Amino acid sequence: MELTVWTYEGPPHVGAIRIANSMRDVHFVLHAPQGDTYADLLFTMIERNKKRPPVTYTTFQARDLSGDTAEIFKTAARDAVARFKPQALLVGASCTAELIQDDPGGLAKTLGLDVPVVPLEMPSYQKKENWGAAETFYRLVRAFAGGAGKPDVAPEQASCNILGPSSLGFRNRDDIVEVVRLVEALGVRINTIAPLGASPADLARIPQANFNIVLYPEVADNAARWLKRQFGQEMIAIPPIGVGATRDFVTAVAEAAGVDVPAELFATGAERLSWYSASIDSNYLTGKRVFVFGDATHAVAAARIASEELGFKVCGLGTYSREFARDVREAAAKYGVEPLISDNHLDVEDAIIAAQPELVLGTQMERHAAKRLRLPCAVISSPVHVQDFPARYSPQMGFEGANVIFDSWVHPLMMGLEEHLLQMFRGDFEFNDDAGSSHLSHGGPAAHQPDAQAEEEAVAPEAEAAPVPAANDDQPSWTSDAERELRKIPFFVRGKARRNTESYAAENGLNPITIETLYDAKAHFGR
Amino acid sequence: MTTVYDAGAACNDTAAKPARDVLKQRGQHEVFCGLTSIMWLHRKMQDAFFLIVGSRTCAHLMQSAAGVMIFAEPRFATAIIDERDLAGMADMNDELDKVVARLLARRPEIKLLVLVGSCPSEVIKLDLPRAASRLNGEHSPDCRVMAYSGSGIETTFTQGEDNFLAALVPDMPAEAADAPASLVVVGALGDVVEDQMMRVLDGLGVGPVRFLPSRSSTSLPPVGPNTRFILAQPWVGACAQALERRGAQRISAPFPLGEEGSTAWYRAIADTFGVPEAKFDAITAPGRERARRAVSRYRPVLEEKSVFLFPDSQLEPSLARFLSREMGTSIVEIGTPYLNRDVVGPELALMPDTVRVSEGQDVERQIDRVHTDNPDLIICGMGLGNPFEAEGRSTKWSIEFVFTPLQGYEQAGDLAELIARPLMRRELLKVGS
Repeated sequence: MELTVWTYEGPPHVGAIRIANSMRDVHFVLHAPQGDTYADLLFTMIERNKKRPPVTYTTFQARDLSGDTAEIFKTAARDAVARFKPQALLVGASCTAELIQDDPGGLAKTLGLDVPVVPLEMPSYQKKENWGAAETFYRLVRAFAGGAGKPDVAPEQASCNILGPSSLGFRNRDDIVEVVRLVEALGVRINTIAPLGASPADLARIPQANFNIVLYPEVADNAARWLKRQFGQEMIAIPPIGVGATRDFVTAVAEAAGVDVPAELFATGAERLSWYSASIDSNYLTGKRVFVFGDATHAVAAARIASEELGFKVCGLGTYSREFARDVREAAAKYGVEPLISDNHLDVEDAIIAAQPELVLGTQMERHAAKRLRLPCAVISSPVHVQDFPARYSPQMGFEGANVIFDSWVHPLMMGLEEHLLQMFRGDFEFNDDAGSSHLSHGGPAAHQPDAQAEEEAVAPEAEAAPVPAANDDQPSWTSDAERELRKIPFFVRGKARRNTESYAAENGLNPITIETLYDAKAHFGR
Repeated sequence: MTTVYDAGAACNDTAAKPARDVLKQRGQHEVFCGLTSIMWLHRKMQDAFFLIVGSRTCAHLMQSAAGVMIFAEPRFATAIIDERDLAGMADMNDELDKVVARLLARRPEIKLLVLVGSCPSEVIKLDLPRAASRLNGEHSPDCRVMAYSGSGIETTFTQGEDNFLAALVPDMPAEAADAPASLVVVGALGDVVEDQMMRVLDGLGVGPVRFLPSRSSTSLPPVGPNTRFILAQPWVGACAQALERRGAQRISAPFPLGEEGSTAWYRAIADTFGVPEAKFDAITAPGRERARRAVSRYRPVLEEKSVFLFPDSQLEPSLARFLSREMGTSIVEIGTPYLNRDVVGPELALMPDTVRVSEGQDVERQIDRVHTDNPDLIICGMGLGNPFEAEGRSTKWSIEFVFTPLQGYEQAGDLAELIARPLMRRELLKVGS
């Protein structure tokens, strides 16, 4: 039993619904109690879909448990097929139905439905949403592509499938447009994009392509590996997020397709991140400490962009995707940080406090933590929020994605000169600890969150990461002069200054901390 | 799926009227489970913490329905049952004890810990009331522990509050036998609404007046044979029965939505407490006048429009009564998840018999009826709203009626505005469907 307030991932059947909702002509009959229909609003409210997800919930009640819940399932499945006339029927159980063991797959078989039925096993007490999405996609691909033999004749034009984009995926809607543009610029034909927008008939055509592009391994890795074994289709699993990764992606696709990369593809003016990073204004980005957390794909990509394309210092890297922990561990080793593999948001918050970042790149959960800690933050990954489906075009992938990333990461930071002025004139009645960046219209963090005041009071001691000095003999105490001097340092770097000074004092056996100690520590640590 | 016209559904209070047919269909219910009521309960009772004992689905529901994580440290959480618990590798009661100990160590200010049963905990028959009494032995008096079920197999949305309040009733102190008649107002209300009601009831000379749920777990109202109680929300039927078992006497009335509903509600109280007519008129006249004036501004928007209500909170009969009688709206269908005839009888008695009433749901067939009836406004849940809007229909999310202070004279205009807004928006927007 695990104590949870917020979760990074829903249960596996929500992953299955995401796949069903991504596709055309698929319907999902989910054996579930009433209440589980809340999942519909993920799609109709958060993603603003114009249609309800193609799911029928059996919504059994307590009084049905002593009767025949299996019969309720059968009726629901029959009615759903008659009403929606899908090309394929998914059947499965949510956490409660799993306990009553009605076996939706077995029941559906007895109905003699005139559509192919794909049964799903979703172990709710063991697995989570992304696993459920990957498993569902894999089962569908197996069911519909499995019958096709490997095509004998090589097509005249190299072709590929794009696998992984799905409903509720972080910016997937716009990523597809970018990726299609890149692939087509190479003269490679796109055979199928799945699951988003695909029908079961489209899945059946997957084996006809030369190779597969796996955009989101969280969703498509299982299916792509199976396709590789079954049909020998190579898989390219370089998510083109960031300038470097996009170039690597293009190179890999060109190689798999046996074509040359047109020179203009890397030389166009469409990609601005490189120049913006090199422009003098971006000096103030150099060496800024960033903490990165998200799904594995986005976290690893973000760490690379932060380090290689903006000149940030990665001070923390982690993921909630245990299935892809290895990738994150490898990346963390590259940046010399301890990888954080956790789905407990409180542990992540603790890690953020310990890392003393100047920018947090995370999920909506870290956005909240950062707000409490008064740290700038940009969202880079699911779990998604209604704000992660902006009206404007804002991909993460491809060259335009890199532009979007530059803007959305730099925007929450203080502008260079503003940062200097804050350091020079700390007591300004408008520019002070309680006011946010002047270019962020809402003023202070309290302005748009009713509870912010109480929250900040509650976490203020934590936010400054200041262990109580008197309680511990090893911890030096601060003289009041030194405390006052510390207060002159702007709040967004004060925590780091405090921590550095205290560790410097502890290492050198200095107690109490004086103004001298503060500046000695500053000299010792540099910036 | 089965359809039953339940001709015996006439409520007790309308014995003079002919029986009302109630449409009952069995199919997909597109409603929240009772856990969702924790959304407002944990803000209302500020020293209570709600610990759902359930699955990842429960936790995911809470954060999805909560409009995504508004509160950094909400006073609710989920103890997620995992495979080890189910396989018997871990003793579930030991595990629960550990979770509770961790939680209370982190939140020492909590005075009432509420274990909330879920679908999985009910299906595996985890005895939470028993666990609560065991934990109570360990943690009281610092923190009291109680339990109720908010599971989707037993409760719909607001019924979760009903179960919580019913579970509180045995803990309410006994009122002294010689105590003067007191009034308890039952059902969570916005603080501002409580304060206004207090002022009116004070003016009427009714008192002492107390509210259930109280703002703190340590100030539960006393109850006894001299207690009169009135429901402020239609979903608290089980709590009403529990109060009656403690000897309290129920005051039956329509609900305080709109000028007419609020007046009828106050009048039922005044009659019970023997308030003279002249005094009643003097005290309520200014509020009634303001409410009528505020509501009249929106009447042109809603007058002669047709409205279809999907089942959600059980407020539907009261909303329909307000719309029909004060706004001149025609009601196509009143859907309600559960029709408690004792409770909403006075509301239905004010409605024409031609109004279709449906209890429970087959959402697909209900949507078919919308397509046939083509109403001007659909009051429905969040899962259905945007798909209807995309068809060019106007909708109002029903969950807002539960999260917004709407009761009493001063909110009558807000209630009208809330319902009129989607229609006004459609007039304003020169783009869109």
